Amino acid sequence: MKMFKTMASAAVMAVALIGGYVAPGFAAPRIVLDNPVIEPMPFAIADFIPEGGASAEAAKNVTRVIAADLTGTGLFREIPSSAHIARVTSFDAPVSYPDWQAINAQVLITGAVSNAGGRLVVKFRVYDVFSGAELDGLQFAGTSQGWRRMAHKAADAVYSRITGESGYFDSRVVFVSETGPKDKRAKRLAVMDYDGANVQYLTDSASIVLAPRFSPTGDRILFTSYKSGFPRIYLMNVGDLSTRALQEAPGTMTFAPRFSPDGRTVVFSLERGGNTDIYSMDIAGGSMRQLTNAPSIETAPSFSPDGSKIVFESDRSGGQQIYVMSAAGGEATRISGGDGRYGTPVWSPRGDLIAFTKQNAGRFHIGVMRTDGSEERLLTASYLDEGPSWAPNGRVVMFMREGAGAGGQSALYSVDITGRNLKQVKTETAASDPAWSPLLP
Amino acid sequence: MSLLPKALLVVAAFGLAACQNPDRYGAGGAGGAGGNGGMYGSGVGTTGLGDPNDPKSIAYFNQRVGDRVHFAVDQSTLSPESRTTLQGQAQWLQGNPQYAIIIEGHADEQGTREYNLALGARRASAAQDFLISQGVQPSRMRTVSYGKERPIAVCAEEACFAQNRRAVTVLSAGAGS
Repeated sequence: MKMFKTMASAAVMAVALIGGYVAPGFAAPRIVLDNPVIEPMPFAIADFIPEGGASAEAAKNVTRVIAADLTGTGLFREIPSSAHIARVTSFDAPVSYPDWQAINAQVLITGAVSNAGGRLVVKFRVYDVFSGAELDGLQFAGTSQGWRRMAHKAADAVYSRITGESGYFDSRVVFVSETGPKDKRAKRLAVMDYDGANVQYLTDSASIVLAPRFSPTGDRILFTSYKSGFPRIYLMNVGDLSTRALQEAPGTMTFAPRFSPDGRTVVFSLERGGNTDIYSMDIAGGSMRQLTNAPSIETAPSFSPDGSKIVFESDRSGGQQIYVMSAAGGEATRISGGDGRYGTPVWSPRGDLIAFTKQNAGRFHIGVMRTDGSEERLLTASYLDEGPSWAPNGRVVMFMREGAGAGGQSALYSVDITGRNLKQVKTETAASDPAWSPLLP
Repeated sequence: MSLLPKALLVVAAFGLAACQNPDRYGAGGAGGAGGNGGMYGSGVGTTGLGDPNDPKSIAYFNQRVGDRVHFAVDQSTLSPESRTTLQGQAQWLQGNPQYAIIIEGHADEQGTREYNLALGARRASAAQDFLISQGVQPSRMRTVSYGKERPIAVCAEEACFAQNRRAVTVLSAGAGS
């Protein structure tokens, strides 16, 4: 029930630096994410050492989550333990670099897990094998239920050390869990770790729910529900799941909500008399402001990370295209220009790109473009790809892919903004409408 | 006093009964849409469909008058055929003022979720505006869009898409009684 509360207590309560010396004169192992071609970096991770109170299994589980996070990016390749020459038997024993060099591991990760009365401590070190230098060493502590988060934090630290950019593993994804056939689909809100673990259901399936969105701190979720019989926006407090409908004007439909970067405003679509425009609302006070006023469809608004602009879709030109306007509304500039229809624009958390859904010649694509519409790049193609959501570091998007026809289920996929590393995110039910949280604290 | 034969009256409050036995609404054939209100918790009472041979029944409206009109891809314009259907609906509805009306707008799956919600609303509104122009009281009607959430045909071909691009006039007991 109390998702984030549990997580907070299970979370990492202490972070301590164990060491972090980079030997001068050696080029540290480095992955440059903007490079057009990336050869996965070979790394070795020794099974973490179980120390006081921790089982070998618990230590191994932490090890495997870290390895899965890194290899899951497509940027790292694990050298299996069967190929290891050296055995790490103590966290503080000197590293036998030649043994790791011999198997061509560029990076070595070692660690230990201890458990004192339910308080779990995970510590790890990262080594540059060829320069013989320790790159990083950290320790995380929390409750034993928080072990996955500690593993994700360790993997984030390694990713960040090697790429020079922040990670995205210690994050959650809110999404719509789907059951039943296409013509009798039941939908529930659910939340999971970014890798599909720790699924929790937030609503039952009595009403259709659509397109949940995390607040900028991950403490609240906006979503659309048909609970009243009509689509309407609801705000859920993640801590205790308490939910309220946002204020509305009678006889209207509201949907497609998103938070402003300061979490105080919601921007959304409001339909009245068949016409859909974009509005914003002060969440605490309920005061509403109309941002577009056109007989066309204006929907799917998303703020720029500095809060000054809103990107949205409109069919005012005769077909769905992407526009940018001031957060106060007014004149809008069309930024999409290629063939086909463009929808569901989302501003990257880094501010540099806009991810979107494109429909052209009977196919759906997820793509990215710069905020002025230049350098459009399609990352995927399928019968139905839709609704990208950004990883907290702006390097990966998650979206839904649905198969054609009666048997076509929806599923979550992620892909790098380079178009590399397209893969399904495993979920226990069919799933749609993913929205990534920020990195957890 | 009920305007409907008692045996045929099935009232579900807020979809509660529907949750316990959703199949009962599926049995209504073309009138299945009438059950959507209860099944998905519209907050509107769901009414038994009645006997299609009873010209005052919902089943008669759904099957004989025709409860739905269809649209071209990404359009909300009413075709001449749709106008004829809606004229028939308007006439029937004026003779049967006991029913409240919800017009559901739907889209096929070849569109993004939010856009299709807005498109479904356009379609529902187009049908509603036409019914108003034919004399149906606006106060009896509401519109709702389901976007692509409620397809009735699931193949990935135009034959199915065309059935899904629809506006359905859904009746329930309530108005004027």
